Parts: sequence; C-alpha cells; structure tokens
Amino acid sequence: MAGKVKWVTDIEKSVLINNFEKRGWVQVTENEDWNFYWMSVQTIRNVFSVETGYRLSDDQIVNHFPNHYELTRKDLMVKNIKRYRKELEKEGSPLAEKDESGKYLYLDFVPITYMLPADYNLFVEEFRKSPSSTWIMKPCGKAQGKGIFLINKLSQIKKWSRDSKTSSFMTQSTKEAYVISLYINNPLLIGGRKFDLRLYVLVSTYRPLRCYMYKLGFCRFCTVKYTPSTSELDNMFVHLTNVAIQKHGEDYNHIHGGKWAVNNLRLYLESTRGREVTGKLFDEIHWVIVQSLKAVAPVMNNDKHCFECYGYDIIIDDKLKPWLIEVNASPSLTSSTANDRILKYNLINDTLNIAVPNGEIPDCKWNKSPPKEVLGNYEILYDEELAQGDGADRELRSRPGQSLGPRGGRSRDSGRTVLTTWK
Amino acid sequence: MLQEESDLALIIAQIVQKLKGSNLYAQLERQAWASLQRPEIKLESLKEDIKEFFKISGWEKKLQNAVYSELSVFPLPSHPAAPPEHLKEPLVYMRKAQVLINLRNPNYENGDSHSFRTHLGLIQVPLKVKDIPELKEFFVELGLTAGQLGVDDSTQVPPELFENEHVRIGQKVLSEQDSAAAQQYIRQGSPTALRAELWALILNISSQPEDILYYEQLKTNVIQHDLLVDSLIYKDVKLTASNDDYYFVFEDYLYQVLLCFSRDTSVLGHFAYSSASPPKSYIRGKLGLEEYAVFYPPNGVIPFHGFSMYVAPLCFLYHEPSKLYQIFREMYVRFFFRLHSISSHPSGIVSLCLLFETLLQTYLPQLFYHLREIGAQPLRISFKWMVRAFSGYLATDQLLLLWDRILGYNSLEILAVLAAAVFAFRAVNLMEVTSLAAAEAVLADLSTLKVMPLLQIFLFATVT
Repeated sequence: MAGKVKWVTDIEKSVLINNFEKRGWVQVTENEDWNFYWMSVQTIRNVFSVETGYRLSDDQIVNHFPNHYELTRKDLMVKNIKRYRKELEKEGSPLAEKDESGKYLYLDFVPITYMLPADYNLFVEEFRKSPSSTWIMKPCGKAQGKGIFLINKLSQIKKWSRDSKTSSFMTQSTKEAYVISLYINNPLLIGGRKFDLRLYVLVSTYRPLRCYMYKLGFCRFCTVKYTPSTSELDNMFVHLTNVAIQKHGEDYNHIHGGKWAVNNLRLYLESTRGREVTGKLFDEIHWVIVQSLKAVAPVMNNDKHCFECYGYDIIIDDKLKPWLIEVNASPSLTSSTANDRILKYNLINDTLNIAVPNGEIPDCKWNKSPPKEVLGNYEILYDEELAQGDGADRELRSRPGQSLGPRGGRSRDSGRTVLTTWK
Repeated sequence: MLQEESDLALIIAQIVQKLKGSNLYAQLERQAWASLQRPEIKLESLKEDIKEFFKISGWEKKLQNAVYSELSVFPLPSHPAAPPEHLKEPLVYMRKAQVLINLRNPNYENGDSHSFRTHLGLIQVPLKVKDIPELKEFFVELGLTAGQLGVDDSTQVPPELFENEHVRIGQKVLSEQDSAAAQQYIRQGSPTALRAELWALILNISSQPEDILYYEQLKTNVIQHDLLVDSLIYKDVKLTASNDDYYFVFEDYLYQVLLCFSRDTSVLGHFAYSSASPPKSYIRGKLGLEEYAVFYPPNGVIPFHGFSMYVAPLCFLYHEPSKLYQIFREMYVRFFFRLHSISSHPSGIVSLCLLFETLLQTYLPQLFYHLREIGAQPLRISFKWMVRAFSGYLATDQLLLLWDRILGYNSLEILAVLAAAVFAFRAVNLMEVTSLAAAEAVLADLSTLKVMPLLQIFLFATVT
C-alpha cells in the first residue's frame, strides 16, 4: 500500500521530529490511523493494558515492548537475572559455573542487590558480613538520579524509613519500592574522576533474540574528583554520574557536558593497559548486555509490533570488570551539548532505518532482518538465528576471559560485522 | 681524515663529559663495583670482563641509548672560536630577529635566486628548506610500497598483511631496549598498545626512583609557593583543554604537570642549543645587577595560550603522573621548544612556515595565488596547526600517529608537509571561496582527517 508513513509522538523532542520530517512522514494524532508511534512509557502501559483492549494492526509499529519493565525496572531486572542464573545452574550449563567462594564465574555482573522492604532481613545479614561497606539506595521506578542516596550504617536506613513516613518496614508498598545494592566503591578512575558508560542497544525481537549495539556510546564523567572518603558520601557530584545531577555542579561544561566517546576510552585503555585486557573488557561488556537480554527474553512479550532502544548504564571497576547498573527504556533524548544533539539525531536516524525499513509503511510480519547497509552506526551485537545456524560447537568455545582473536567490529568471518561469536 | 678523527674525538669527549654528570654514570659505577663479586670477573682481564658483563646484562644497551639521546640534540659542528650566541643561532639576522617584528635579511635586498624573488608567501627569509624530491628521500619509509600504521591497519585490511608482523617486530624492539632501532621502527607507526613504551625508549626515559623523587620535590614546590605564571597555566587549561572533547578528562593532570614544569630548573639546560634565552628577573631594587638576576619562571619558559595542548595528548598514553611529566619534559626540550622560538633550525617554526609556503606555492600554485588574491594567505590558517603540532585539531588517534613520525624522523618538518597536504586535500572547496573567513570555515574541522593517507598522497602520489 503506497502512501506516507503517519507518525505520532508524545515526546516532543526535536531529534525525533526532525527525523520524521526528513523522511517525509506525516504527523497525525493518536486517534487517527497511525503507522508509527514513538511513545512514552506511560502511554505504552495504557496501550497494552487489558482494560483498553487496544489492538494494533499489521501496519503499526511502536517503540516499546509491552512489558519492558521486566528489564528496565531495577528490581525486576535483578529478579529476572537471578532466575536465569538458577535455571542455567539447574540444567547444568557451563555458563552457570561457580568459583570456590560460590560466585558465578561468568554471570556475576550485577552488584549484590536486595528489594526493600521485602528482603530487608536478608540485606541486614549481608550488611553485617562486611560492615564497612557502602550501599546505594535507589527507588525502583524513578530515573535521572532522583531519590538516590548512599548509606554505610544500618541506622541510616532506619532513619530514611522514618522520614518517608512509612509506618514500618513490613508494609508492602510497591509505589515506594526501593532496591539496595552494594556500592562499587572502587570504580575505574580516569584523570582522577569517576565515570559510567552509557551504551545504546536496539532490540528488534526477543525470540529469536536480535540486538544491535550503537558504536557511539559515551562515558559520563563526574565533575569533581572521586574520593571514597566517608565525608563525601553526601556529595552527589562525586558519586552520581547522571547528567541531570552533574549539570548543576559548579564545573559543568556546556561544550562537552562531561561526555567522553567510548572510542576514547578504548584508545586510552589500550595505550595504558594493553590490547588483550582492553579487548577482554569490551568483550565482557557485550557479554553482559546479551546475557541480560537473554535473561528477560523468556518473560518478554515478544509482540511483533514492537522494537525498543535501551540505554544501558555500566560501571567499570578498577579491576576492569564491568557491572550492569541498570537499563533505561526511555533514554534521554534531551541534548545537553551540540555534539550530543548530533549524536542523538543520528541515533534515532539509524534506529528508524532498522525498525522501519526503507522508511515505508511497515508490515510487522517482516522478518526483521535489515540488510547490512542500513545499520549506520549500529553493529550486530547478537543474532540468535545466525548464531544457531553456525552449529552447536560455538557454545563451549567462546566465553569472556578466553582469547578469541580480533573482535569488536573487526570480525573477519564472511564479512559479517558481528560482535559476538558465542550463542 | 685527520680532521674528521679529531672532530669525532672532540664529540666523544663532549658527550662523555655530559654523561659523567648523569644518573647513568653513577649506576654504571655501582654495577661495575658490584660485578667484582661475580666469578667470571678475573683480575688479570678486569677491563674486558667488566665490559663483557655490561654487554650481557643490558647495561651497554642503556649506555648506547643515552649516547644516542645526546646525539639527537647535539649541535652541528662549528668553528672552535665561535662564541656561545653563535652556537645557539648561527645566522646574524635571525639572532637579531628575536627582538624584531619584521624578519628580513639585510644582505638580501636584490635577491639573486629567481624563485625567491617571486615568493608569494609571508615568510621572506631565505632559509634552506627541502623540496618534494628531498622530502621523498627523507621520508622514504612513508612510501607507497611500505606498510604503515594509519593506512594498513584499517578494518578492511586483513591483519596478516602487515599489522601482525609489525606488532611482532615492535615487541622485539622493546625487548631489546634499543633506542635507535625503536626510532627506525616507529617511522611506520606504533601499535597502540606499544606506543607508551616505545616513546619512552626513544626519548630515553626510564622511571628511576630518583626521577620520581625529583617529581615529588617539584610537587612540594608547587604547594609551598605560588608563581605568577601559575595563573597563566590555569587560564590556558581552562580555555583550551577543559573545553576539548578529547582532553577535558585530564584537566587535573595538566595542572599537575604544567605547574611542576614551570618550577623545573633542569629545563634551563635546553637553552644551550635553543636560539632563545630564558627571561631574567632581578631582585627588587637590584635591577641590572647580574648577581641579583634570577630566571623567571624558574624553567625559563613562559607559557602561552595553547601550551597545555602539548601535554594533553600524552595523557592518553601515561596515567602515572611522574612518567607523564618526564615524557612531556623530554618532548618539550627536544621538539616543542622549536615551535615557539625564532631560529634557522630546519625544525624551527620559521623554517616550517617557509617549507609549508614553498610546498604550496610550488605544487599548488593556482590555489596559492587564488587564496592570496582573496586576502587569505594560507599561512594565516595553517600557522596555528603547526605551532600546536596539530594538537586539538586532529582526532587523538591520528595525532598520535603523526607524533610517532616526529619521533621517528627526529624532525618537525612533517607538520609542514601535513599542513600542505591538508590544503591539497581541500583544494577544490578552497578554490571556490571568496574570503578569509570562508577559507577558515572550509579548514575549520580536521577531526575526520586520516593523516597517513593524506601524507602519502601528497608526497608520493601527486603528479609534480
């Protein structure tokens, strides 16, 4: 059916709208016949909720999976990963192998986390094992660093619970649900500053899993020098890398916004630490992302009308181990600097090229296998179909920590730009 | 023959004299004494045995590297009766130029060289610069038949063709710890993982405890008293590196290194072979009295806008501050000082400017003429690139590949060649501009350029 794609959005950001307009798409309202809807997470909740009985037709595509929160809510993400690990352990998979102290060798990429108030007693037990540790409290449903604080004494939690007017810890109140995670107090520092990684990952389908990694991720640096000293625990500028927080610091710079391209990180690490450990780190980062997606794939509603672009937050510690902090369903499309605007514009552009082939009216029954040329700045992170087609012998050979030869975009086998060679 | 021998003897004597005051000498002495305990050292053949021991244990190599290091800044042979100012800068009018605004040779009123009378550029000084045939010979390792990092390591090229072997050779060079071999090797570029060590080897930097202690002392000096130039450094960093997408992360390291650098009197040593002299200040009330003169700042170098950009790229290679400091200091006293002092040295900024203009005028005369006509003298645009050795203009990985070659050829001439190559690359667009501002705009963003292909095309593939 010929005709222009009709789009709707309830996120009024220029990086989106400019991309729609440059494709010659036509803006409509959500009450009319639309083909493409870039929704906020509130809207997707309504669209797929049982009450509304909304049915999407074959020529309609949306930018979220119905139950994306299985991955993007901090507590559910941890729950799903724990479940995934237990399942692998039960089936005797070598991926679930543990070391002498009982830690998973390959699947230990989320810091110890407990749900509060549900797991409070479990948390206290763990806290008492290492009383000098610091923990970070995060509200499950908020973003941009809101409501986050650090504690290093049990009394601080009790104080918080009193302050937030909940009568006791025993009342289940999902609205105020928090997670508490072991704080990584030995982050890798560059130039004396703490940073985290923001990586964009596009998922076009969960079963079979097909996901793409955006090559132009970036590091978000704190403006103040890092110190694990207890006197600075309250200083959010030292610890939280969210731009929303850092923007209000004295030293915030509007030209680069504290953002450093991932390629710079790679160059720096290779130059100062060597090629093998750098390659290993980036392999592990890819591994962590793919495992997190595999963990939620079984419970994800793999609706064929959906695709999703996630913002992954990862912290690297000083032993060059990556930790998955959280996954964002709605990564910020606000541009903090000119470079940022260009980056996000290109991100949306490449995303649309993959999700809506040829910019034409979509047919959600298509096989979701775009040709290599449209990937733009995306690289195939994992393609379950391709991986399975290559035979089962790949499973055992490839795992993080084992050398696999040149990787990371320079794959030589049959010219595919696939970042992973494991299933 | 006899003259050459006595010249050589003189050079050897001078270098020995220089090295006698160094740490290496003390270490060699200690090693020699310690070796007397070894069974293979016999009293009858003491000298030969110790020499053999030095050879096997790698100390001879260290001595070799030190000699090589001295030779790289050794002044050219000169008349024995020449006064020290002449050694610093042989040409009279260049010496006088330190205080002149206009640089002209007073003996050169009616130029006898045809090409020079019609020189259209800004530099009207007849210094000797290489032409393309000479450059092709000088930079022979950059030729099209040899492998290069920056060209032959791109993702489309299988690593078996060049890169793997090159890395293997690099590792071998490092294990041999041979400065001269490293310098030769790096002409084809350095693998990212080996670069930090290779540069340290070529610059003959090894982090001894004494070096770290020296750096700590400098840091103490910084804490104990302020200098006025500190304000210049703060301002420079805030204006340049702090706003740079690549280098803002290393702001604190830049302060550390530069504040220590200003207080480091060992830097004064380079004025022996620089045409410049350190500024002097007099104790209050004693103006003009030499006994009350001090060098100010203590290292004799007044920082200027953009100075911190010499240090910034090095932060990608060295995360340990004292090593970073040593490398920067050596890079400065070997190369960077030539970019901001007036001299007739082939790597001096004046020669580089002239080389750039000559290359452009000879091989792209139409472009040069056009730009001149619209009031956009090419040097006005390229000067800032060369003064900063392209730092802050190129992407960091490309810049490091360029600086590999500076070290490899022990010369800054490649900066002028690259500047000309950039103009050649953008020639089509430049021919269409009609103002200096428009020309600047065409050349504003060099961050996507790949330097090695540009250099290769300009030197070896352009029809001359």
